Amino acid sequence: MYAFEIERPTTLQDAVAAIAGGGQALSGGQTLIPTLKARLADPGKLVSLHGVAELKGVCTDDDGRICIGAATTHATVARELAGSYPGLASLAARIGDPAVRNRGTIGGSLANNDPSACYPAGALASGATIVTNTREIAADDYFHGMFATALEEDEIITEVKFPVPRAAAYEKFIQPASRFPLVAVFVAKFDDGVRVAITGASETGVFRWTEAEAALSSDFSAGALDGLRVDPDHMIADLHGDKAYRAHLCAVMTKRAVTAAA
Amino acid sequence: MPKDSGIGASSKRREDVRFLTGAGNYTDDINIHGQLHVHFLRADVAHATLNGVDTSAAEGMPGVHRIFTAADFAAVGGLPCGWLITDRHGQPMQEPKHPILAEGKIRHVGEPVAAVVADTLAQARDAAEAIVLDYDVLPAVIDMKAALQDGAGRVHDDLTSNLCYDWGFVEDNKQAVDDAIKGAAHVTTLELVNNRLVANPMEPRVAVGEYNRSDDMHTLHTTSQNPHVIRLLMGAFVLGIPEHKLRVVAPDVGGGFGTKIFHYAEEAFCTFAAKALNRPVKWTSTRSEAFMSDAHGRDHVTKIELALDADNNFVAVRTETLANMGAYLSTFASSVPTWLHGTLMAGNYKTPHIYVNVKAVFTNTVPVDAYRGAGRPEATFQLERVIDKAARELGVDPIKLRRQNFITEFPYATPVAVEYDTGDYVATMDKLEEIADLAGFAARRKESEAKGKLRGLGVNCYIEACGIAPSNLVGQLGARAGLYDAATVRVNATGSISVMVGAHSHGQGHETSFPQVISEMIGIPEDQIDIVHGDTSKIPFGMGTYGSRSLAVCGSAMVRAAEKVINKAKKIAAHLMEASEGDIELKNGRFSVAGTDKSVAWGDVTLAAYVPHNYPLTDIEPGLEETAFYDPANFTYPSGAYACEVELDPETGHVKIERFSAADDFGNIINPMIVSGQVHGGIAQGIGQAMLEGCVYDADGQLLSASYMDYAMPRAEDVPFYTVDHSCQTPCTHNPLGVKGCGEAGAIGSPPSVVNAVLDAINSGSGKKVAHIDMPLTPARVWAAMQ
Ligand SMILES: Cc1cc2nc3c(=O)[nH]c(=O)nc-3n(C[C@H](O)[C@H](O)[C@H](O)COP(=O)(O)OP(=O)(O)OC[C@H]3O[C@@H](n4cnc5c(N)ncnc54)[C@H](O)[C@@H]3O)c2cc1C
Repeated sequence: MYAFEIERPTTLQDAVAAIAGGGQALSGGQTLIPTLKARLADPGKLVSLHGVAELKGVCTDDDGRICIGAATTHATVARELAGSYPGLASLAARIGDPAVRNRGTIGGSLANNDPSACYPAGALASGATIVTNTREIAADDYFHGMFATALEEDEIITEVKFPVPRAAAYEKFIQPASRFPLVAVFVAKFDDGVRVAITGASETGVFRWTEAEAALSSDFSAGALDGLRVDPDHMIADLHGDKAYRAHLCAVMTKRAVTAAA
Repeated sequence: MPKDSGIGASSKRREDVRFLTGAGNYTDDINIHGQLHVHFLRADVAHATLNGVDTSAAEGMPGVHRIFTAADFAAVGGLPCGWLITDRHGQPMQEPKHPILAEGKIRHVGEPVAAVVADTLAQARDAAEAIVLDYDVLPAVIDMKAALQDGAGRVHDDLTSNLCYDWGFVEDNKQAVDDAIKGAAHVTTLELVNNRLVANPMEPRVAVGEYNRSDDMHTLHTTSQNPHVIRLLMGAFVLGIPEHKLRVVAPDVGGGFGTKIFHYAEEAFCTFAAKALNRPVKWTSTRSEAFMSDAHGRDHVTKIELALDADNNFVAVRTETLANMGAYLSTFASSVPTWLHGTLMAGNYKTPHIYVNVKAVFTNTVPVDAYRGAGRPEATFQLERVIDKAARELGVDPIKLRRQNFITEFPYATPVAVEYDTGDYVATMDKLEEIADLAGFAARRKESEAKGKLRGLGVNCYIEACGIAPSNLVGQLGARAGLYDAATVRVNATGSISVMVGAHSHGQGHETSFPQVISEMIGIPEDQIDIVHGDTSKIPFGMGTYGSRSLAVCGSAMVRAAEKVINKAKKIAAHLMEASEGDIELKNGRFSVAGTDKSVAWGDVTLAAYVPHNYPLTDIEPGLEETAFYDPANFTYPSGAYACEVELDPETGHVKIERFSAADDFGNIINPMIVSGQVHGGIAQGIGQAMLEGCVYDADGQLLSASYMDYAMPRAEDVPFYTVDHSCQTPCTHNPLGVKGCGEAGAIGSPPSVVNAVLDAINSGSGKKVAHIDMPLTPARVWAAMQ
């Protein structure tokens, strides 16, 4: 770790100011701290979001959307959404281990946009809105590929708003070492259609499987997916699985998610 | 009735109290006043000509005391290899120099190139970033087959090739084996990989060097399984420090699994630098460093042929193995694929003709050496896999095929130079069939199939050679050290006992089981007996703990020393009771005179030894302390039969291990609970190897599996509740306890049954034919094999 300074603001305003003054946001630290320990980053100044009460907690807005503060931990989401949005609660409940879930946050996960992270699939399939200190970004416009997002320099996520689908499920096939998704699929069924988001699989990060969405929107059953294939071309190939295997898992996990949600 | 103390009792592991309450004293807990910290700048390329190391910018950085490079070690020896292998043609193995810091060339990612010693670790790391390495990258030599081809780049320019040795065993049997295979009714051939592993003890390696100018004494605190071996190797071969000026201390060690046997560059460095700087110097490995500097394990590529006659009797086994040595020869690297592997190729079977060929190969990878089982898992895996494949090809039951070929008469001299003293392979297989409920398998398979899953059953046997071993034999085989062990039994005046043992406990539970033996012999409570281990200044001598040797070898030395103590104590008791020595009996901590009601307590006798007012001073010396060295007459041969049941998801290739059963014969057992624990841990590591763990390099020699993000360790969820049994006991015939050793069995015996089970699931249930899948059986590999 390189030496750094740390600021611990208690209001969003102070946090934004500190970040604009050259600091980097530190939320749960479950990604950033290991990066610092390996000396892969030298931010100079960290701005902890941990003490900012405005960024924490879960509520429901007038449109019935579930609003989750950016600095809300995975454990809190798992607990508080168990009744209101069990599909998303179950996603949060399966991230990492208890230590990770008690520190790691939704804002950190979405800002980082690891191509194998869980939350991007939940947010994209739900058609969530990512709220920042300056604007609101639709999930469809937010994810720009591996570790890339629509966030501008110094822009921070403050809240994420989730419309609640009629039915949803998250099926995660773990990579045996990291236990991040090797391939994971979030399926969300709304009155006006079905959304399917897949993480872990693609070189371009989380993506929507539109063919599956079309098929499922007219027939929400695993059988509706028979014969549908994800193109292996842009799949990730690594130690843990080649392109063909990941493409295959996309279909298998989507079917399983549909079965689980139905 | 189970006993509650002494031999055979499941005494609770007393050491766990300190381990579980955070009171352990590990090497990293040692912080010496004035200590400095070293950070090693490690190579980030696999193979390069090293033209220069420019430390000028780093020298003056805050806190830096000194920066060392290879030039500082010009007068120092290389890290030695402890075993000389003579090849098929009578030539000695090629043995390159293994420098402390890279010399002229970089030979693997992670090799230490420079070392920065500073006040704090952060300062040392900062300065290391300012060191400029001038090197020219060379093509990396990674694949073993390619490494042996003419024109391949050379890891060591001063050797004639990348071949360390071409070993044939037993060379004189080769023709007979070739003939037997030619004439056989059936030959099954299998090519397989024994995957490279990283040991991953929970505690990473640590070294703290210390030097005392007033008495010219060097002390090294280190994470070692064998402090005396480190003292010998480092003192005599590397730094030239005589034994009486070098103390090596290995306090609590958080797991070794073989990888802490070896003498490493960092140990020699800290010892050397402490004197050079006249300050203690400390190094604690990070987990990342551990991946690229701890010796790796396994990494064999093998072709095995099993020949059978028309009645399915095994007639011959022939193997060809490429064994990866990595970039340098680690301490016992050369012995693992040879004497610890070739001698085991008979397994549990009376195959008359066996020939083993091993080519050891240098590559631009981390050195490879012994890892739990060391050579024996490699032997067991190939043999038990090829037997399974033969059974499938011949359409016979794999258990029947094994039973038919079991060795049933002991002692049995194998065609690969060892003589099994005892064993009962039929009994362990019978026991396995019972505890694994093999009769219920068909019904369990139906249940799995109803869920859309495939269920498979895999079985294997194993034999291992433990308790290494007669020094005069291993000396003939090339060992450069003796392999006896030593113990001192020191009886204190009030009767309590300290036993100084050469074995080192780093998870094995010696602090509990060794006192059980003494308690049984003398009849005093276990808590009056402690062992002392891990410090060359406190114990007489010792070759340490590996190869499941502690109890069989060091425990035997302890028994011999205790016998001497008891004999002397009987003389004292005879004097106190004015009886003749021959009439004295020791039972339950009291000496009595046979046929009388006269007796004295153990404590009365021990007190007399130290307060000899009424004492046979003309016949014997005061005091009660004896030392014994023990050099066994043979290896010991634990054996067993294992069964694994898996459930396979054909859609994803995911395999879940549903049941695992182990029937072992460890001879006599001191503490059944500890033995079960050793088997549990071994099986977890075997399942890790079979299902999860794989150390992978890319073609450029970069370590792809360099962290837990990519190197999968087994977790609780990955292993089932085991059923283990060690009631089949054929005691070892040549050591005083009749014990055989149990530390490695689980890791040796489990991988083949796991793989056999997965292949059974595929071949028996899916309508697909798959002959073999290389470990680890990741979902991706299993699925791909089924397509
Ligand atoms: C052992 C382990 C297992 C894990 N397993 C999983 C898993 O299975 N699935 C999964 O999805 N994840 C997993 N993770 C990652 C975990 O979910 C992290 O919590 C998450 O990726 C980052 O969240 P954080 O709050 O810790 O962010 P931090 O580490 O604090 O920050 C991450 C990045 O986001 C930036 N950032 C943080 N907050 C904001 C904000 N509000 N606005 C803008 N930028 C911000 C930071 O500057 C930094 O660049 C695992 C992590 C570990 C250590």
